[in-house]
Amino acid sequence: MARLHAMIHPPHRVFRMAKRTPLYDSHLAQGAKMVDFGGWDMPLHYGSQLNEHHQVRRDAGLFDVSHMTIVDFAEPGPAKTLLRYLLANDVARLYPGKALYTCMLNEAGGVIDDLIVYDRGAAGYRLVLNAATRDSDLAWIAAIAERYGAAWTVRDDLAMLAVQGPEALARLAAVLDADTLAAVRASRRFHAVDGDTLFIARTGYTGEDGVEILLPVTQAPALWAQLLAAGVAPCGLGARDTLRLEAGMNLYGSDMDTTTTPLVSGLGWTVAWQPADRDFIGRGALEQQRTAGVPQTFVGLVLEERGVLRSHQTVHDGTREIGQTTSGAFSPTLNRGIALARVAAGIGERCQVEVRGKRLSALVVKPPFVSRPV
Amino acid sequence: MSSNIPAELRYTESHEWLRPQEDGIVTVGITDHAQHLLGDLVFVEIPEVGRVVSAAESCAVVESVKAASDVYSPLDGVIVEVNELLADSPELINQDPYGEGWIFRIKTSAALNDLLDAHAYAAIALADDEDDASLANPKLAG
Repeated sequence: MARLHAMIHPPHRVFRMAKRTPLYDSHLAQGAKMVDFGGWDMPLHYGSQLNEHHQVRRDAGLFDVSHMTIVDFAEPGPAKTLLRYLLANDVARLYPGKALYTCMLNEAGGVIDDLIVYDRGAAGYRLVLNAATRDSDLAWIAAIAERYGAAWTVRDDLAMLAVQGPEALARLAAVLDADTLAAVRASRRFHAVDGDTLFIARTGYTGEDGVEILLPVTQAPALWAQLLAAGVAPCGLGARDTLRLEAGMNLYGSDMDTTTTPLVSGLGWTVAWQPADRDFIGRGALEQQRTAGVPQTFVGLVLEERGVLRSHQTVHDGTREIGQTTSGAFSPTLNRGIALARVAAGIGERCQVEVRGKRLSALVVKPPFVSRPV
Repeated sequence: MSSNIPAELRYTESHEWLRPQEDGIVTVGITDHAQHLLGDLVFVEIPEVGRVVSAAESCAVVESVKAASDVYSPLDGVIVEVNELLADSPELINQDPYGEGWIFRIKTSAALNDLLDAHAYAAIALADDEDDASLANPKLAG
């Protein structure tokens, strides 16, 4: 098992002190296996990644996602103008309480990050960005915000918990007051309830019903403990990754980055082309790519034979190499290897993926791999 | 993380265990320490019966939720039996690495003297733990 050995002793050790969320001690107390993720010391699993995955699909799971970057724009007017230029999707489509998934592009149409933006009405807008891209995101936002004179703050005083699964809302009954619970139940997917201390959004990264709760760092350990007591199982980033992949959700840094546009990353649906006179960063490059013809397509692959798909495996159509997997895993729900892949446009119903020197047959599908009635 | 290292077995530095029988047949699997590091196993590629293998030759693959790893033959010999149950139940390796989770049996005339005893393997496993055996995987969801 020498390769395993090589993996657990990475050649480039990071000696910088890893950041900790307010739930770090809780994770250790729950027996979490901690790993470095984007400079944060985060739980990979609490014993069994597979059990945690199934727990979320069958009941409800609890994730600490406090490492994510939260940015608030307090003034709705200037912020709206800025965000319509900064983001490829259009915040003009929003109304108070509504959320929007979008990419933030560079001038070449490459993806700087993907994020969710919430319309908070008179309180402005809230952005939730990835943890690993924090520094480059903030530098980019700072430069644009200065041009627009829009005030913004990074909300490191907030923690973020995700409660996900078909029973998530039922479990929340034990920890929320009656009015808040009713408001959350009444809210729909991609909507948020903006309370005095709790910001509760019907969003997530698992494909299941559930919420993401933003709250003051000081209150996070108590809510975490209450949710555990309510029977919501703690789940690590490992399960989060297989859940999002089954749900056909992209992972920044794997499925797209600054060298790929949304159009070759299965994210064309997040680009708001209308109104045609809205200028946004990257628009020119995307229009050019669209006019020239998008050379690649982003698809789901389901392995027809036993095995596991991983990222960076080559995809073949007979003798022709046509692309690469960008994310891959063993799907615990389907009991099969699944992957997202960027391949030449015009791929057929089947292809072959090279796994350790062997070509294995895979079906080409449109994600999600697992869809839920939510 | 303290792992189970039975005293009566022999071990390799690459985390295989061996259980010799009287008739020159040796059962091989991966250690409790190894299955802990790998996490939940989801796929095992077992060798074909009758295959002639050399010491340190890769002859099986174990894949967990996070990584694929080769399993090496600890000795020269011939594969005489494989654990067919692993095809449908790779989790047997997690649940019972030294029992139900065995991977293959090899017939050999090689001596086992050069292999590690439990005490020597324990030192290797402990060094792993102290050296922060976390998987540095920058591509996890987050």
